[in-house]
Amino acid sequence: MTHASLLRPRRLVTYVALLLLTFAYLAPLLWMLSTSLKSDAEAVSSTPHWLPASPTLQGYTSVLSAEDAPVLRWFLNSLLAASLQALLVVATAAPAAYALARLELPGRKVLLAVVMSTLFLPPVTFLAPSFLLIGWLGWLDTLWAVAIPGAASAFGVFFLHQFFRSLPRELEEAAALDRASPLQVFWHVVLPLSKPALATLALLSFLTNWNDFLWPLYVLLSADRLTLPAGLSQMQSSYTIHYPAIMAGAVLASVPVLVLFLFAQRHVIEGVSRTGLKG
Amino acid sequence: MANVTFRQASCTYPGAPRPTVNQLDLEVRDGELLVLVGPSGSGKSTVLRMLAGLEPLSSGELRVGDLDVSARDPGERDIAMVFQNYALYPHMTVGENMGFALKLAGVSREERATRVREAAQMLGLEALLERKPKALSGGQRQRVAMGRAIVRKPRVFLMDEPLSNLDAKLRVQTRGEISSLQARLGTTTLYVTHDQVEAMTMGHRVAVLAAGVLQQCDSPRVLYARPANAFVAGFIGSPAMNLLKVPVGPAGAMLGGVRVPLAPSTLEAAQGLTELTLGVRPESFELAADGFRLDIDSVEELGADAFLYGQLMLQEGPAPLVVRVDGRAPPAAGSAVNLRVRQGEVHAFHPVTGLRLG
Repeated sequence: MTHASLLRPRRLVTYVALLLLTFAYLAPLLWMLSTSLKSDAEAVSSTPHWLPASPTLQGYTSVLSAEDAPVLRWFLNSLLAASLQALLVVATAAPAAYALARLELPGRKVLLAVVMSTLFLPPVTFLAPSFLLIGWLGWLDTLWAVAIPGAASAFGVFFLHQFFRSLPRELEEAAALDRASPLQVFWHVVLPLSKPALATLALLSFLTNWNDFLWPLYVLLSADRLTLPAGLSQMQSSYTIHYPAIMAGAVLASVPVLVLFLFAQRHVIEGVSRTGLKG
Repeated sequence: MANVTFRQASCTYPGAPRPTVNQLDLEVRDGELLVLVGPSGSGKSTVLRMLAGLEPLSSGELRVGDLDVSARDPGERDIAMVFQNYALYPHMTVGENMGFALKLAGVSREERATRVREAAQMLGLEALLERKPKALSGGQRQRVAMGRAIVRKPRVFLMDEPLSNLDAKLRVQTRGEISSLQARLGTTTLYVTHDQVEAMTMGHRVAVLAAGVLQQCDSPRVLYARPANAFVAGFIGSPAMNLLKVPVGPAGAMLGGVRVPLAPSTLEAAQGLTELTLGVRPESFELAADGFRLDIDSVEELGADAFLYGQLMLQEGPAPLVVRVDGRAPPAAGSAVNLRVRQGEVHAFHPVTGLRLG
């Protein structure tokens, strides 16, 4: 693209609008990063500065060394719970979605409708029943309580159902003629071809679990069992307005998300556009 | 090796008003290459898919050899298929694609490698065994699809328009390769195409299908020389046979005011009719001073031949006519020629049923 075409009025308007939008999205992140590098005094100064006057890692050292706030432990808890849930979501949604997309089952459409209708229920309605169930299972204050309830995902079933239906049917027919059983078709042909969609679903599940705040707060009680978002929120009350430390914790919480997206970006875009859920 | 028999086999898709394939009686002989040809929507691909087990029979019977396979799963029929878009597994290499069926069947790694190599050699694919399908050209993919079928040594090959994604030159070349490969392997083959040139050049026999009903199944020569009905007459041959509704009397048919003599058997079959459908191939006309007159609208010069296009006035109105003439000195568009039908090169069909008369 030449400089001349870049500067044509209509383009210019587009770029300015996009830049403003980008800034609107990035600003809170930048503010978080900036505050995490400030001193306590600067963080609450009446004239806010975008750049810390004297950058310091104090926020990080205090959040990582706080005795009543085992941030690394929380980080690990979150990582374990979110990874386990992501794996389980893919492992349960993929077979279910394939059966609903391709196998000749009586009542298949009704079944899909029932699964999908649960998507329309507000998540809050699940809090009490899930809590009782987890209590009954004796999982309160364990990571199972955070990882298991979301492990069977209606969204996952729907998402993969749409993806599987977009795969060329001939491939499965060719495999059937090659004497593959439905399970072998699924394992040897469908799953390998669905890697982008599976990766996307795993990532989305990971993020949902990683960012979840309310549920862990309900079921996790001991300080060393908390997940990162739940733990950071506890800090707020005990440390009153110790902003740099809280923001340092938030930065730590964002790092895995950003890294994951960086690696999976290409797959995710492919996965989402192929399922026709774009936009 | 085996023969394949369709007996009164029908297939009706759920919710369809009429069967897509209607009471098909067809035998593919052991070792034969039978081509199934017809316009789009004629049900030819459905016939193939019925044999593959991908579409259920709604009635009738389907045998491979002595075995009734009507109710068997695709994998239990010992049939290999080459799909129109090849349906190669994108995530497997060429070698893995070709060996997949053997792997599922529990064939040992060594034997698999040997058989894949044999087939690859036959098709000139040895250098490509490690590649993925997306790194292959259209022609190479086509050969891999063939290879995947060959490796299994199935009793029957099915091919669903395997050449339709290739360019014209490659299509002609591959046509020959498939024919000679089939002859060498001697595997019973059912081949579907909408291209009548492919059908005529490749098929030991050709079955013509229209609207789900078998019209005629015979050798290419017989299909061309003695089409069983007006549909086959018009479908086989390019440009198509001229089919003209003309009056008929005891002395023969009248075409453009000139009498066209008919064989005694035809006249006998046409008794009681006042008109019939006269079929004349473009090459069955000759220039003659005492013939009927045709005003030429346009001329297509192909080098060796030229085709003259004009309108012939019939009782029901003008009818288009195509005439083949020597390409060296064709008449010009806008001029007129006098024509007659060559002796004995005329076909006659019933004006309503379209069936051949005599």
